[in-house]
Amino acid sequence: MADKVIPPEELAKVDYNPGSRDWMDPTVEFRRGIYNYGAVPASTAYLGQPFSKKWQPIDDDWQLPDNWEEIIRNGFKERLDKYRSLKVFMDICVRCGACADKCHFYIGSGDPKNMPVLRAELMRSIYRNDFTTVGKIFGKLAGGRKLTKDVIKEWFSYFYQCTECRRCSVFCPYGIDTAEITMMGRELLNLLGLDIDWISTPAANCFRTGNHLGIQPHGFKDSVDFAVDDLEEIVGVRVDAPVNKKGAEILFVVPSADYFGDPHYFGFLGYMSLFHEIGLDYTFSTFASEGGNFGLFHSSDMMKRLNSKIYMEAKRLGVKWIIGAECGHMWRVLHQYMDTMNGPADFLEAPVSPITGTRFENASSTKMVHIAEFTADLIKHKKIKLDKSRNDNVRATFHDSCNPARAMGLLDEPRYVMNAVCNNFFEMPDNTIREQTFCCGSGSGVGTDENFEMRMRGGLPRANAVKYVQEKHDVNMLACICAIDKATLPPLLEYWVPGVEVCALHELVGNALVMKDEKKRTTDLRQEPLPGMEVTEDE
Amino acid sequence: MNAVIAFFVVLALVVVAWLGVGTADLRFLFGVILPYAGLGLFVVGIVYRILHWAASPVPFRIPTSCGQQKSLPWIKSAKLDNPHSFLGTVGRMALEVLCFRSLMRNTSSELREGPKIGYGPNLWLWVAGLAFHWSFLVILIRHFRYFTEPVPAVIAIVGELDGFFQVGLPILYLTDIFVVGALTYLFLRRVFIPQMRTISLVADYLALFLLLGITTTGVLLRYFTKTDIVAVKELAMGLMSFNPVIPDGIGVMFFIHLFLVSCLLAYFPISKLMHMGGVFLSPTRNLANNNRVRRHINPWNPKVKLHTYEEYEDEFRDVMKEAGLPLEKE
Repeated sequence: MADKVIPPEELAKVDYNPGSRDWMDPTVEFRRGIYNYGAVPASTAYLGQPFSKKWQPIDDDWQLPDNWEEIIRNGFKERLDKYRSLKVFMDICVRCGACADKCHFYIGSGDPKNMPVLRAELMRSIYRNDFTTVGKIFGKLAGGRKLTKDVIKEWFSYFYQCTECRRCSVFCPYGIDTAEITMMGRELLNLLGLDIDWISTPAANCFRTGNHLGIQPHGFKDSVDFAVDDLEEIVGVRVDAPVNKKGAEILFVVPSADYFGDPHYFGFLGYMSLFHEIGLDYTFSTFASEGGNFGLFHSSDMMKRLNSKIYMEAKRLGVKWIIGAECGHMWRVLHQYMDTMNGPADFLEAPVSPITGTRFENASSTKMVHIAEFTADLIKHKKIKLDKSRNDNVRATFHDSCNPARAMGLLDEPRYVMNAVCNNFFEMPDNTIREQTFCCGSGSGVGTDENFEMRMRGGLPRANAVKYVQEKHDVNMLACICAIDKATLPPLLEYWVPGVEVCALHELVGNALVMKDEKKRTTDLRQEPLPGMEVTEDE
Repeated sequence: MNAVIAFFVVLALVVVAWLGVGTADLRFLFGVILPYAGLGLFVVGIVYRILHWAASPVPFRIPTSCGQQKSLPWIKSAKLDNPHSFLGTVGRMALEVLCFRSLMRNTSSELREGPKIGYGPNLWLWVAGLAFHWSFLVILIRHFRYFTEPVPAVIAIVGELDGFFQVGLPILYLTDIFVVGALTYLFLRRVFIPQMRTISLVADYLALFLLLGITTTGVLLRYFTKTDIVAVKELAMGLMSFNPVIPDGIGVMFFIHLFLVSCLLAYFPISKLMHMGGVFLSPTRNLANNNRVRRHINPWNPKVKLHTYEEYEDEFRDVMKEAGLPLEKE
């Protein structure tokens, strides 16, 4: 980025005084660093989205269709009729304020409209004005306001300053979930052709090639082959990594960053060495080469479209069940939406670990097991040999990714694995982990370079908790189970907490895993020398 | 400003009742017609609102999980904060409705030099919320002594417990202190905390002032401007038996109290006070986190344009073949 980066000490001066300006006045500012680029028409057109156009949020004219008000009203009405969540959440907020300082964007920006309650009020005010009798009669007195083009701009600004992390919903006495409101708000914006590129382009790629990065089948095969070579060089074992293999027992679905991004890739090496070591009969799929789902950030229809390939591939390949790799939003979709949208998966069998015989009762309908659950079970049954000391150069903490934490409750499985694979594991403070975990600040499609300032602001609470364990325990590694975390936490930590790196949970597993016929490890999976195990001169 | 508007609205209601009964002597209107109207709107309104909400389906099962899931048998799951069974969900809802579980988690954060962010428990909202709601319930139950003859033992016992600390005569009810104290706190935080001031609407103050109006007039009636209790009970029993009478000897203050109650009843279904019903319908709380065990059905599960493997292979067949990937069609 060519822009001057604001130094952290400047950014950390957050003014929480909301000022005296009435929030109902919908003035918004689009300045560099705090918004995302509009979608390129090629992507929106490929996905068949309405009003596909070349467009940027800084433009004065957003080229709204003539009947834009009608589109929003009808779209709003339709969603009120389709989602009880929206209808109830529009009505029952008492504005108690419990959510206000639970949002990472509010803590990092001080912008009152980033208090979850006000973010929702941006939409509620329109709801009251247009859909309630009291609002129609009393207007502003009843908390209603008119739908204007500025309101649309304001929605765009603040519904993309929410990462749908659901932290506020933990604290809300009625469980009001801002993610639901943001999701509806984004769907309404999409109806006017106001999509952002970091969502639409990955979604278009995913629809076409099976993954967000647009990697074609031969490219996927190359990546896997490359990883096999790398792994052989590091551990001295040539692993088998089948792709599109019919009749395998298990389909393994990863987020695409795992085989293309850094540090995700080292976790990918970890999975491959683990599966080889236990002799798992599995296959990758080039078509289901993405577990992540940017459709979740776009609309429920798009989520369904992108997710459909997983069951389709499981059926075509004739596998028995599915394992899903480390990825946060991916698991929200797999856990809370997939079965409803694209199930029932009655052509699959309830998952049973072929190594331990454990029946994964908790996945008996979706037939999809989280890799942390699978690995924890292996470790519990002592089916793999681990040498923790190989991670002794690591002083780790664990970041709960929002969705596995608050839309699943996958909390202790990764911790069990962490404790089994490394000697130095330290928790961040209580209010920042487990269901109270803080978002990376870049989830739900806002992790772009152009949005850098807002990401650093939103990530401040997370980074600050990391800083706490860095100062207290010399932590130098943040382990996590989310592809977006692995992509966006490194720049975040570099900005706020230099000296702490980011890794996949299964990178640590891969490091500790003692494989049959392996050579003496001199490096970790990153091919960085392991302290105390370097090749010595006299050897 | 919003607080001032709401204050004058409630003050106007007080004046209306005052003039209506004190000057115009419209006792039947304020003592019978308006209470019936208020109660009618309350019942019909609540039923309508609940049915209106329930008319929209719950397409997805989206509980907010606030603890460990049930997965492997040797990992202890949080049965109440992340329930996987119906019973657990009932437990979670009970905790939520009776103890305000989520509000109990409340923290406040503080950004200090460094930067360093500190978090600490912040329980005042929870305490005030509980104090208000429970006291209000007890007061409501106590009032049933006006509507029943003979007074059921339960109601009498509630009254006795409430008046446990016998201070002066008439006995001072603890809930009277709690309810006024809690409402005052809830009002003051809206005024003095800048963020709260920003988010508070007229409706937020209106509900508080209405409730404060009702509770203060109630307290005045009980402890200061005494009214003829026997006559009030006669009125209440008349209303209950649909044989309304307006006995003599009831002061204006009582009618102000009753009018504010009538207004609250009428206002309830169209206000945020409907959170009382809505909390039961919140899909992030009232569903079990058993998504991977039981398929949740979306009644409108849409047909969407999919991309099939066949289309995919058609597009990429050549490169797949070259890479040695197995194909469906050569």
